[in-house]
Amino acid sequence: MLTRKPYVFAVAGALMLAAAACGSSDSSTSGSAAAPASITYWASNQGTSLESDKQILQPELDRFTKETGIKVNLEVVPWSDLLNRILAAATSGKGPDVVNIGNTWSASLQATGAFVPLDDTQLNALGGKARFLGPSLAATGAPGQPPVGAPLYSTAYALYYNKHMFKDAGIADPPKTWDELVADGKKLTKDGKWGLAVEGASVSENAHMIFTLGQQHGGDLFDSSGKSQFDSPANVAAVKQYLDFIATDKITNPSDAAYSNGTEALQDFIGGKAAMVMWQSASGTLKTGGMTPDDYGVAPIPLPDPSSGGKQVDSMVGGINISVFDSAANKDGALKFVKFMTSKQTQQDLNKAYGSLPTVTDAYDDPAFQTPEIKTYQQILANTAAPLPQVANESQFETLVGNAMNQLFADAASGKPITDESVKAKLTEANQQMAG
Amino acid sequence: MVVSATSRPGGGRGSGDPGRPPPPSGGRKGRIIPRLPVRLRRLGLPYLLILPALLLELLVHLIPMVIGIGMSFIKLTQLYIRNWSAAPSAGWSNYHLAVDFNAPVGRALLHSFLVTVAFTLITVALSWFFGMAGAVLMQGEFRGRGVLRALFLVPYALPVYAGVITWSFLLQRDSGLVNHVLVDQLHLFGDKPFWLIGQNSFASIVVVSLWRWWPFAFLVLMAGLQNIPRDLYEASAIDGAGWMRQLRSVTLPMLRPVNQVLVLVLFLWTFNDFNTPYVLFGKTAPQEADLISIHIYQSSFVTWNFGTGSAMSVLLLLFLLLVTAIYLLITSRRRSDA
Repeated sequence: MLTRKPYVFAVAGALMLAAAACGSSDSSTSGSAAAPASITYWASNQGTSLESDKQILQPELDRFTKETGIKVNLEVVPWSDLLNRILAAATSGKGPDVVNIGNTWSASLQATGAFVPLDDTQLNALGGKARFLGPSLAATGAPGQPPVGAPLYSTAYALYYNKHMFKDAGIADPPKTWDELVADGKKLTKDGKWGLAVEGASVSENAHMIFTLGQQHGGDLFDSSGKSQFDSPANVAAVKQYLDFIATDKITNPSDAAYSNGTEALQDFIGGKAAMVMWQSASGTLKTGGMTPDDYGVAPIPLPDPSSGGKQVDSMVGGINISVFDSAANKDGALKFVKFMTSKQTQQDLNKAYGSLPTVTDAYDDPAFQTPEIKTYQQILANTAAPLPQVANESQFETLVGNAMNQLFADAASGKPITDESVKAKLTEANQQMAG
Repeated sequence: MVVSATSRPGGGRGSGDPGRPPPPSGGRKGRIIPRLPVRLRRLGLPYLLILPALLLELLVHLIPMVIGIGMSFIKLTQLYIRNWSAAPSAGWSNYHLAVDFNAPVGRALLHSFLVTVAFTLITVALSWFFGMAGAVLMQGEFRGRGVLRALFLVPYALPVYAGVITWSFLLQRDSGLVNHVLVDQLHLFGDKPFWLIGQNSFASIVVVSLWRWWPFAFLVLMAGLQNIPRDLYEASAIDGAGWMRQLRSVTLPMLRPVNQVLVLVLFLWTFNDFNTPYVLFGKTAPQEADLISIHIYQSSFVTWNFGTGSAMSVLLLLFLLLVTAIYLLITSRRRSDA
C-alpha cells in the first residue's frame, strides 16, 4: 500500500505534464474563421514608443472591425526583435496573418517564399499599380517578380538643420552642394558644438549612406550579374567622403563613431550639440523632443554636380510594407486588412500621426501633407530617391558593409589616417565575405 | 513502460514468498491497477520520477543540439528555411569555410577565437584572484561583514541587461561618468579616450566581465573556506606558519576540489558569454573585442546563413569539449599522484 501511492502519483504527474505540453501549443494559433473572424497583426514600432503605436493604431483597427466584422489582434514588435520573429514564423509556419516589414527586407523575405505574392488581380483590388508611389512600389521585391507586400509608409532621408544655429553663424540658406555643407559645418563647429551629427556605429545608417553616396559617385553595389563590388573606386570614394567628416573636415564629433542605437545623433541635434543631421522622417521624434518647425528646417541632402557622371540620388527609398503570411489562418481577412490599410482615410490618418508620407497618390489632398517639410520629402521621393538593391542577399550587404564602416569610423575617431588604400582594403574584405 | 499482469490471485497469503508485502486488503483494488512485481516497482519509481526532467532535457537541450549539428551539413539560407529537407547538402563545405584561414571568413573567425581565449584567461584569472582575496579577507568576523558580503554579491545577482547597460552609459566618451572622473576631475588624460570602440574596448569588456563574474568566485570560495577545519590553521600557527604560508600550505590545497570545478565553470561561462558583449557594444562589436559568440551570430545568423553559423558553433563546441577533457585529465591525475 505504501509503495503503491507514490508510484501512482508519479505516473499521473508525468501524464499531466505531457498533456499540458501538448495542449498549450494549439491555443496560440490565430483565430480561424470558425469563431468570430479575427486576424493577428504584428505592427512595427513607428512611433516614439510601443504604447504610442498602440494608441495610434487602435482607432483604425476599431474602424476596420466595424466595417468588416473582423477583429484584429494587435501586437507591436520592437525593431530589435522583428526580423527574428518573422524568421521564426517563416520557419515554423506558425505566425501572424499580417506583418509590417522594412522595405529593404523585401527581396530577402521574398526568397523565403513565406509571404503571399500580390498578383495583378490583388493589386487591382487595392486600386492598381498606378495608385502607389513609383519608388515605394519598386521597393517591394525583386524586379520582375510579383511584390510580396503593399507599401504602407514612405520615408526618405533629408538634411535637418537648426535654424537658430544657422542664423547665429550667419548662414542664410541650407547647403545645396557638399562643398557648401562642409564649409557651413566648419563655421558651425565651435564652442563644443559641431556642424554635423552622424550615427557612426549603426550598421543600417552606414549601409544606407554608402548606397546613396556610392550612387552619387557613379557606382553600384552589385554589378549587372548580381555579384557584389563593394570595393569599386566609386564606393571607396563614397566611404572616404563620409569618413572625412570626422577625419579631415572635422565637422563631426569623433564620439559619433560610437553612436549605434539609432537615437544618439538625433538627440545631439535636438539638444543643440550639432547643427545638422541627415535622417529619415524625424519630425515625430523632433516634436517629442520639443522642437517646432520654427527651430528646424528640412532640405534635400546635397546632390553631386551633374557633370561629374554620378547619379542624382540623395536618398534611399525608405519605408514600411505590409505583407501577408502564406501560412496565415485567415488569408481573406488579411487581404481585406491590407486593402483597408492602404485606403485613403487610413493612409492619411496614420501617416499624419507618424510623420511619414502616404504611399498612395490620392491621399495627398489633405492639407496636413502640404507643409514645406512634407513637400520636400515628396520631391525627394518622386525625383531623387532610389531603392536599395532588391537582391536576396541584401541583408548580408548591410551587415558586411555596415560593419566595415563601423571599424573605419573607429579608426577615424582614434586619429588613424584614413586613406583610399585603407578604405579599399576594408571594403575588399567585406566583399570577399559575401557568400555566393 | 512494461506492465505485466501477475497471475497470482490476490489472496495468496502465506504462499511463502518473503519478498512480497502482504497483498492489499481489498482484492477489488488489486484488479483495477495492474500489479507489477515488487522489484520492478521499487526500481521503476526513481526512473519514473526523473522521467519528466529527462524528457524536458532531451527536448530543450539535446534534440536542438543534434538538429544544430545536422544544420551544419546543409546549405540552410533564407531560400530553404521554410522547408529544411529541401536544402541542398553542403557536405563539409561549411566547415571548410570556417577553418580556411587564408580566406577572410576563416581569418576573422581565428582572430575572434584568439581574442576570446585571451579575454577568458584574463577574466577567469582575475575573477579567481579577487574572489580568493575577498573570501580570505572576509573570513574573520567584523562589523558590517554581512552588509559587505551582500554588496559584493549584487553584480552577480543583477539582471544582465540592467548591469551592463549601466556600464555602457558609464563608458560613454562625452557624457560618461568614467571619463568625467578621469579627465575632467582627475586630469589623468588630456583628451577623452574612447572606451567602447578602438583599443580600449578590450579593457572595457574585461572589466565589465570581471565585475559580473568575480562575485560568483567569491561566493563559491567563501563556502569552500567554511569547510576547512579551524584546527589546521591553529596547528600551522603553532608550527610558526605566517599568513602567507598558511594560505599556500593549508588553504589552497584544501580548496583544490572546489577550485577545480570553479575554474572550469568560470572558463566555460566566460568563453560562451553572449549577453555581456551584446548589451555593452550593441549588435556589432569592435574588432579588438570581437568575442566569438557575437562573431558567430554576426557572421552567419544575421545574414541568414544558418548552415555556416551552425558549423562555427559545432567547432566551438568541439574546442570546449577538448579543453574540458584535457583539464579534467590533468587535474585528476595530479590528485591521484598526491
